[in-house]
Amino acid sequence: MEELIEKLKVQLIEQLNLEDMEPEDIDADEPLFGTGLGLDSIDALELIVLLEKEYGIKIQNPKDGQKVFFSLRTMAEFIKENQK
Amino acid sequence: MVYFRSDNIISSLGFSTKETFSSIFNGDIGIRQVEDSSIYHEPFPASMIDLNRLNSEFEILANKYSNTKEYTKLEKMLLLSIEEALRKSGVNIKSKRTGIIISTTKGNIDLLETNNFPKDRVMLWKLGDVISDFFDNPNKAIIISNACISGVLAINTAAMYINSGRFDNMIVTGADIVSRFVVSGFMSFLSLSPTACKPFDKTRDGLSLGEAAATLILSNKRENNEHNIVHRGGASANDANHISGPSRTGEGSFIAIDKAIKESGLNYNEIDHISAHGTATPFNDEMESIAIHRHGMDKVPVNSIKGYLGHTLGAAGVVETAILLEEMRRNTMIATAGYNEHGVTNYINVLSKNTPQNLNACLKMASGFGGSNAAMIVSKSSK
Amino acid sequence: MKKEALKIETYCMVKNNRIVVDGHLVFEDQDAVGLKAFAKTAYRHLKPSYNKFFKMDEISKLAFVAAEFLLKDVNLEKYKSEELSVVLSNSESTMVTDKNHQQSISDKDNFFPSPSVFVYTLPNIMIGEISIRHNMKGDNAFFIVENFNADLIANHINNLFLTNKSSAFIGGWVNYSDDKYEAFLYLASESGSILHNASEIEKIFKINH
Repeated sequence: MEELIEKLKVQLIEQLNLEDMEPEDIDADEPLFGTGLGLDSIDALELIVLLEKEYGIKIQNPKDGQKVFFSLRTMAEFIKENQK
Repeated sequence: MVYFRSDNIISSLGFSTKETFSSIFNGDIGIRQVEDSSIYHEPFPASMIDLNRLNSEFEILANKYSNTKEYTKLEKMLLLSIEEALRKSGVNIKSKRTGIIISTTKGNIDLLETNNFPKDRVMLWKLGDVISDFFDNPNKAIIISNACISGVLAINTAAMYINSGRFDNMIVTGADIVSRFVVSGFMSFLSLSPTACKPFDKTRDGLSLGEAAATLILSNKRENNEHNIVHRGGASANDANHISGPSRTGEGSFIAIDKAIKESGLNYNEIDHISAHGTATPFNDEMESIAIHRHGMDKVPVNSIKGYLGHTLGAAGVVETAILLEEMRRNTMIATAGYNEHGVTNYINVLSKNTPQNLNACLKMASGFGGSNAAMIVSKSSK
Repeated sequence: MKKEALKIETYCMVKNNRIVVDGHLVFEDQDAVGLKAFAKTAYRHLKPSYNKFFKMDEISKLAFVAAEFLLKDVNLEKYKSEELSVVLSNSESTMVTDKNHQQSISDKDNFFPSPSVFVYTLPNIMIGEISIRHNMKGDNAFFIVENFNADLIANHINNLFLTNKSSAFIGGWVNYSDDKYEAFLYLASESGSILHNASEIEKIFKINH
């Protein structure tokens, strides 16, 4: 799990162009949206693409994204549960 | 004064304003399930032009002008639309005093995929040359590409050109096509509804795309008939908030309406009817309802025609203004297709059925990516 | 009350890895290769704290940096936000980003269109980015022309001014094709000494070109 979280940090920075950030700046439990990393609606859509492209997981209902993308840990848990 | 002299719509529901309007009036929905893997690998709902009809009608037009050159689908739509509007207007397109404004978001973007034309044909400025050359218009066509407010912005700009005395007549024409480029993009935005879109409805779940061309001819001279409609005011505004999400307070839309009303010299209580942008995405319709509510226009009958023709992007403002003018001529407001149960927080008066009413002054709204918003006021001219 | 005529208060040209404001070179980085790299060093030079910058496509970064340098010593706060308008133009629209998006959808087996690329396939997003950054809520218009056309922009802005739509305007040209970039922005308001008309704008554009 921790390994996956570290990998996700790198992918997140890359995919969302978080240029001024290093993986160690991101806390696995901090909220990605709102007060935490301050991601926005386009980032949320981009995360859906990331899941499909890198992990082959398709989020059908964008509303599910809210739970999945709460933090890097929830994202990692979701990937573990859904990866074939 | 700036008069609307004539107009045309080339859409899935007809090749003239009258034909399209009659279909809409009868409740025909132009949005259908499209199965075309060259555009998208899964079926999707959209409002598409009849390609056979487009080609055969264009052939007649090309013959009339003894023009044997090749044209793209989008160019054919624009040229046919201009020709039909022109024929009814009596305006001389070859005059130095007649300007052309083209409103489009992506123009010939499908040429990025397969291009049998010279390389620069995909460029928007080139589209301007192609259109002016076809009709021998001596002026450089002006291209406005400002997302989904392009159409309303183009009409407002044309009115400024006439009011400032630069041109006597302006041909405002808008078009966009349903391409792989655009469908894929909106799919990645998860903003397409799986069914025909449902503006302002409780169950609305996204927009439907459509392709169309439309033309409005504006002039400083009136026609000798009873249906003189004039451009009274127009403005645009930016939310200054987010590049894709509409403002939660309706800020830009509110400002655009405020400025357009001020310019028109009318009072809010003189506005008889509002043609909204009404894309049927959850946020857009909510935002528009807030802007309308903030202006105290809750009781003014509102419609969106996107449930019939989809969102035609750069053409939308021109198409929907042509429909609005026809509503005014007939004193009949069109129902909002797809609207069943009120689904925006503010109570606004969304039309659920065709409704006769004396229409003197109306408001057209538009909003789009980039935080852009536009508004326009039109009214019947006092004799 | 009779209005003053609009003037060109300040202007900024960004090209060839140089940024010139009112005729003076204010930033240069000849080591940066390509627009993306140059926009980044120019951005860092001003040290704004604006993380959204890194999410923009190249042409929006160009527009953003040009506006940043243009407005560096300008106080826009004396205006109401709805009186601040942006009117831009170019010839390429967003062709570099368009091709980028097209590439992501051309292979059926590697079909991953990116929403953050797609949103930048509209030229007026540049206006949006500038408007968000500087809280400008007035009129917008993006024109596409084959070559820079001072008359088109000057005429549109003067019309907006004369019909009382706005008090201050950013006007100009922001263009980016595969091999070159160029941004020319100016601020038109009632302050300043150069008259806001096509021939003056043309003159400034040519001198700095």
